[in-house]
Amino acid sequence: MEEKTLYTVSIFTENRVGMLSQISIIFNRRKLNIETLSVSPSSIEGVHKFTITAHSDESTIDKIVKQIEKRIDVLKAFYYTDDEIVYQEIALYKVPTAQLLAEPNLEAIIRRYNARILEITPEYTVLEKSGHHEETQSLFEELKRFDIRQFVRSGRVAVTKCTSEYVTEFLEQRNQCKEELQEEWRHQ
Amino acid sequence: MSNQISGAEALVKSLIAEGVDTVFGYPGGAIIPVYDVLYDYSKELNHILVRHEQGATHAAEGYSRVSGRPGVVIVTSGPAATNVITGLSDAIMDSTPLVVITGQVSSAFLGSDAFQETDVLGITQPLTKWSYQIRSAADIQWAVSRAFYIATTGRPGPVVLDFAKNAQLEKVEWTGYKKCRYIRSYIPEPEISEQVLNEAAELINQAERPMIFAGHGIELSGAEQELREIAEKADIPVASTLLGKSTLPTTHRLNVGMLGMHGNVAANMATFRTDVVIAIGMRFDDRVTGDTNQFIKQAKVIHIDIDSTEFGKIIPTDVAVHGDARNVLQRLLPKINQVRHEEWIASFDADKQIEQAKVIDKEIYPAEGAITMGEVAHKVSEATGNKAILVTDVGQNQMLSSRYFGFSESRSIVTSGGLGTMGFGLPAAIGAKIGAPERTVCFFTGDGGLQMTVEELGVILQYGIEVKIILLNNNFLGMVRQWQEIFQNCRYSQTEMINPDFVKLAESYGIAAEDVVSREQLDGAIERMVKHKGSYLLNVNIDPQGMVYPMVPAGARLDNIILSRNEKYKKQS
Ligand SMILES: Cc1cc2nc3c(=O)[nH]c(=O)nc-3n(C[C@H](O)[C@H](O)[C@H](O)COP(=O)(O)OP(=O)(O)OC[C@H]3O[C@@H](n4cnc5c(N)ncnc54)[C@H](O)[C@@H]3O)c2cc1C
Ligand SMILES: Cc1ncc(C[n+]2csc(CCOP(=O)(O)OP(=O)(O)O)c2C)c(N)n1
Repeated sequence: MEEKTLYTVSIFTENRVGMLSQISIIFNRRKLNIETLSVSPSSIEGVHKFTITAHSDESTIDKIVKQIEKRIDVLKAFYYTDDEIVYQEIALYKVPTAQLLAEPNLEAIIRRYNARILEITPEYTVLEKSGHHEETQSLFEELKRFDIRQFVRSGRVAVTKCTSEYVTEFLEQRNQCKEELQEEWRHQ
Repeated sequence: MSNQISGAEALVKSLIAEGVDTVFGYPGGAIIPVYDVLYDYSKELNHILVRHEQGATHAAEGYSRVSGRPGVVIVTSGPAATNVITGLSDAIMDSTPLVVITGQVSSAFLGSDAFQETDVLGITQPLTKWSYQIRSAADIQWAVSRAFYIATTGRPGPVVLDFAKNAQLEKVEWTGYKKCRYIRSYIPEPEISEQVLNEAAELINQAERPMIFAGHGIELSGAEQELREIAEKADIPVASTLLGKSTLPTTHRLNVGMLGMHGNVAANMATFRTDVVIAIGMRFDDRVTGDTNQFIKQAKVIHIDIDSTEFGKIIPTDVAVHGDARNVLQRLLPKINQVRHEEWIASFDADKQIEQAKVIDKEIYPAEGAITMGEVAHKVSEATGNKAILVTDVGQNQMLSSRYFGFSESRSIVTSGGLGTMGFGLPAAIGAKIGAPERTVCFFTGDGGLQMTVEELGVILQYGIEVKIILLNNNFLGMVRQWQEIFQNCRYSQTEMINPDFVKLAESYGIAAEDVVSREQLDGAIERMVKHKGSYLLNVNIDPQGMVYPMVPAGARLDNIILSRNEKYKKQS
């Protein structure tokens, strides 16, 4: 068995119903657990971006990504290791206000973790922290003693470090190809 | 002038505009509007009423496999849609283009467990190249044209259009049909890299013991002629997969037979000596490779395929040529040196002789004892001039008929390879005859598989379709019995069958039929069958202990060959 690495998979698709299930089925078939998932419209109009992380060996993730890209409505799919991307997760912590206020070092904690307070009511306070998994996790450990009532962490979002924007280039190429084809058909 | 037509009519007009001449189907509540339109278009569109929706899909597969055109199926929602699942799986496995239209409840009821509603998209997405739900009549033209484009281009495969009833009834403006030729996110045919072609040519030109693995992709691409030219120019032996068996005539000097579990000894043994493998339109199925860790380890591998996900999926590739087989071979041909490999080709002879003496002669020329499957296949093939289309079911009948049938034309073997679907054969044979009406269709089946879709005899009755049915009747699920004999110590668990009188059964469908119980009857019966105008069923009582040899056990190395009950292959030194 090859060693398992956490890979980040970026998938760009047409905005069509059923994409998520098409993608997740491919992970299922290879018995790979999805660790995190985030989906949103991308910077390109009409194109959706999926960011998925999963522990895998390289040959498996490579095959999965190729199979995802083979789906008709998928534009492009890539996989990265952590050193190839800039990535972030966001976490929210809901803590009873009374317990929090009883902490003499509250300011130090907030500063140390670079956390933000989003809401304070007499009953609860909501803190926010973004960062890598370990960072949001360590604030979680810190706040545990205040009796965290709710905790949620988003899926990873990521951008690549490389300088070319493959999807934009791909779409430009495809558009050019379309124009050439249209030209051809006009002459037929 | 406005030209408003119903969505149902827009569908039918779209099919006709795509050049569809035949659809296989079965009506029901959620597709009635389409059937109502078919009533008016019966001259333009021939509809074959099957007896079970699974039959429609296999018939469409048979039609497509022999004609190269997509097979089209129309069925209703719910149970009809679930009945097509086996055919969709079969078609995606064997790269067969189908357009399957399922009726669906009206959009307003979707998700409410409406009568005969089933989640067709959810079920079919993993089994199809594309599946799409048409919820509005305005979508029809767009969806149908995409469906045909996707099904037939690139690596072919099945697509599903789930057609909501409201969209069938709605009116839509018909402004003529436009074929789809471009989808932004889908590149069916990649540009072939000149550099990669050069690398491939260099490997081939340096090879001393090259070998071609010819697969189904050659037929899908129409590259039979190019295959032949390249093989002849560089004097390269051609071994095929089961689905590639009719890509090169059986009697061609360079055809060394089939690879794999029930493949030819010489072809399998050569995989241990070859230095360069040129795999064309084949996907290294485990029935072909045996133990992948011990398969063509010493050889460099050139893999030509239109689907890049096949590269390195099973076998590491040295040169991956991404492209359509025909285009690739055409561009490769001028780069290939004309050479002779006499010694290498002669090295196949010893193993060929072993197989001839220890397996083939015994199977096709048995001196005594019960009739064997191989002799029946061999005789039927000869009686039809080795020109017929062979359609098979799954099991021993499939392996032995394909081993002993001779092929002289392309697109002559129709069989369920990847999924191994029992019951595939009868409807596929019907579809094959409709797809190639000028050719003779010989359908070999077992008593098990025939009974899985035997209801389709009704289609033969209704439409007078001519299929020669050769039932190799051993009153056993023979292939499973074979595994039980070899691997389960003869514990025949649930493989023996009490069967009906098949001759009477055929006759009740108006099909001429006869029993063959002894060898003396065989030639005459085959002659009567071939001469007969119309369908015919031969119920041949064959050896219930019949076996398919040679056999490499599943997952074993390809030189681990069983030749008979008491003999294993020993390597010649
Ligand atoms: C009981 C049983 C026993 C079997 N035993 C054997 C056996 O001994 N030997 C054997 O070979 N098989 C055997 N099979 C069949 C086996 O399971 C596979 O179905 C078969 O080997 C697949 O052949 P293939 O790869 O050529 O075709 P497919 O599976 O149809 O693959 C076609 C390939 O061609 C590619 N392609 C498609 N279009 C093009 C194009 N235009 N240009 C280039 N490439 C293209 C596709 O991407 C794909 O990779 C058996 C099946 C059964 C049921
Ligand atoms: C739908 C389906 N069910 C089960 C099997 C497993 N199977 C493979 S071959 C075989 C036996 C086939 O028996 P028969 O049709 O009589 O043909 P024979 O092998 O005797 O020629 C079975 C049960 C299958 N391939 N397909």
